[in-house]
Amino acid sequence: MKPDEIRRVVLEELSNIAPETDPAGIDPGADLREALDIDSMDFLNFITALHKRLGAAIPETDYPKLFTIDDAVDYLASKRGLGRPG
Amino acid sequence: MPLETIHKTTGKQSVAPNLWDYEEVRAGFTWDAARGELDGLPGGGLNIAHEAVDRHLIQGGGERLAVRWLGKDGTVRDFRYRDLAELTNRFANVLRGLGVEKGGRVFSLLGRIPELYIVALGTLKIGGVFSPLFSAFGPEPVRARMEIGDARVLVTTETFYRRKVASWRSELPGLRHVLLVNDPEMPLIEGTSDFTDAMAAASPEFDIVPTGAEDMALLHFTSGTTGRPKGAVHVHEAVVAHHITGKYALDLHAGDVFWCTADPGWVTGTSYGIVAPLTNGVTMIVDEADFDAERWYRILQDQGVTVWYTAPTAIRMLMKVGAEIAHKYDLSAVRFMASVGEPLNPEAVIWSQQTFGRTFHDNWWQTETGGIMIANYASMDIRPGSMGRPLPGVEAAVVERVAGGGVKPLDRPMATGELALKSGWPSMFRGYLHEDERYAKCFAGGWYLTGDLAMRDADGYFWFVGRTDDVIKSSGHLIGPFEVESALMEHPAVAEAGVIGKPDPMAGEIVKAFVALKPGHEPGEALRKELLGHARRRLGPAVAPKEIDFRTNLPRTRSGKIMRRLLKARELGLPEGDLSTLESDES
Repeated sequence: MKPDEIRRVVLEELSNIAPETDPAGIDPGADLREALDIDSMDFLNFITALHKRLGAAIPETDYPKLFTIDDAVDYLASKRGLGRPG
Repeated sequence: MPLETIHKTTGKQSVAPNLWDYEEVRAGFTWDAARGELDGLPGGGLNIAHEAVDRHLIQGGGERLAVRWLGKDGTVRDFRYRDLAELTNRFANVLRGLGVEKGGRVFSLLGRIPELYIVALGTLKIGGVFSPLFSAFGPEPVRARMEIGDARVLVTTETFYRRKVASWRSELPGLRHVLLVNDPEMPLIEGTSDFTDAMAAASPEFDIVPTGAEDMALLHFTSGTTGRPKGAVHVHEAVVAHHITGKYALDLHAGDVFWCTADPGWVTGTSYGIVAPLTNGVTMIVDEADFDAERWYRILQDQGVTVWYTAPTAIRMLMKVGAEIAHKYDLSAVRFMASVGEPLNPEAVIWSQQTFGRTFHDNWWQTETGGIMIANYASMDIRPGSMGRPLPGVEAAVVERVAGGGVKPLDRPMATGELALKSGWPSMFRGYLHEDERYAKCFAGGWYLTGDLAMRDADGYFWFVGRTDDVIKSSGHLIGPFEVESALMEHPAVAEAGVIGKPDPMAGEIVKAFVALKPGHEPGEALRKELLGHARRRLGPAVAPKEIDFRTNLPRTRSGKIMRRLLKARELGLPEGDLSTLESDES
């Protein structure tokens, strides 16, 4: 999956959790939890949704690598099978 | 007992527990003696801020580190007791300049930044009433609480002000002053003033306004099944309980580094995240950031935390991350660990013993009780899953209500009834603001009725069973279904809404809403998201539902009340219980 597609999925899942926000409109380098008013339960749901959509296993210790949209996209793109040019 | 008792060996502990023997300390305890551990104001009277801050300067402890603040970005700021005294004096002078008098209500809507602690204690110094709001509340919970609480001053940030206050500010004329903790680069918003400028211009000298033990000091909001949020009133005398429970239930000793992870927006974060550690003269850690397992372990290690007070949701998240991570850090400084917010599941107690070589000590209390009432102690054997035994000075019982409005204690071991406390401990709430009737209803026959169901075993340990009402406990925070339902009902598509707590392995419960739509609206994914967004915008993530389901209509009693109990039983596939009051069923 290309990084662009991963980004689309990340933004979609964020807007499922916080539909009142515009995830595409925030600074992709900012802490998304703060920018989108996402609490720790929302964040867990976000991770679960990414796992379901992308099949990527995201161990708990990697959660801090998904605190910004850019980081989340990079992280997911680096996962085997997701980031290969398709 | 489902799990084996964890035995404590006396003499094995590196530091002798303050409560060295439960029976002995309890037998010798009096609240008068506990009062004697505090100083009182030099000219007479009692003030929480004096006990927390100024008295340490008089006793020569001004150079000790009071607060170490850890910023999200890695910044560290240290505040000695002397610094805290000066800064809180300045804020008290700021309030005086604004015309705030004794009894004036000062609200904060802040993350865990140093200003929050200065505002809390500075307000108490001028004899004002401090009311902290959780920063994850949306505009409606913020407004409702400030309205009920007669807010005169609000201290917040520019971001929170724009998001959560600006739209309704003009409708609250009693709110005279808004101070913003601003980015100095940003221009000031009209109708607000700058916190930092005001502090810089204020004198660092202040004589605490004499307050009496029964003067109102803190206003903490909590939720019931029905109606608006309730403002539980606490007085300066609460400090007696804050102090002694910090000593006995959290085992705070001189020289301790104490970390209470709770946010001061909830009562734990004030009683034990501000007052108790400071009256006990220890160093407290404040972390601005939200939960992150590795960050937490790093803080415990690098700051040499000795006493750690956290919550079941966080502990379960640590369990999920796994013990291997914990073992990468040197946590040997940690001497005592406690938990509050909801019952700590026995598995978590056992896990902590296996992972850290020491256990979490669960304890129980409520916004209304102001301080810890029932606890597991450093010196006492732990029965995993039990909340422990009542604090010295606290009499607890399991009671049943009897005809005529009285109560009868149930003495038979493991009988289920309502948990009750003999009224009169110092940190007992003195009222629900403007709601005398609701307050009176909490008491019967000299007992405060907690609304929690519990059992007591033959040895006096208490066990939580459930709630007598429909309030929701999510991540340790109490949420009133009515507040959520009201917000959903404001949406033009919603005809009725019923909100329950759905069990969740991490949060204990999550908020789940069932809605029935008005004619002309069709259920679907788009509308579900719209309602979710609507609720989040109004209520904020801490209160808004995490799940929404559609129903054609909701089950109601003959008097027209939505039967949340039935919605919940059906959600969980449990027996539906007594349906004799059911008038119209859901479909």
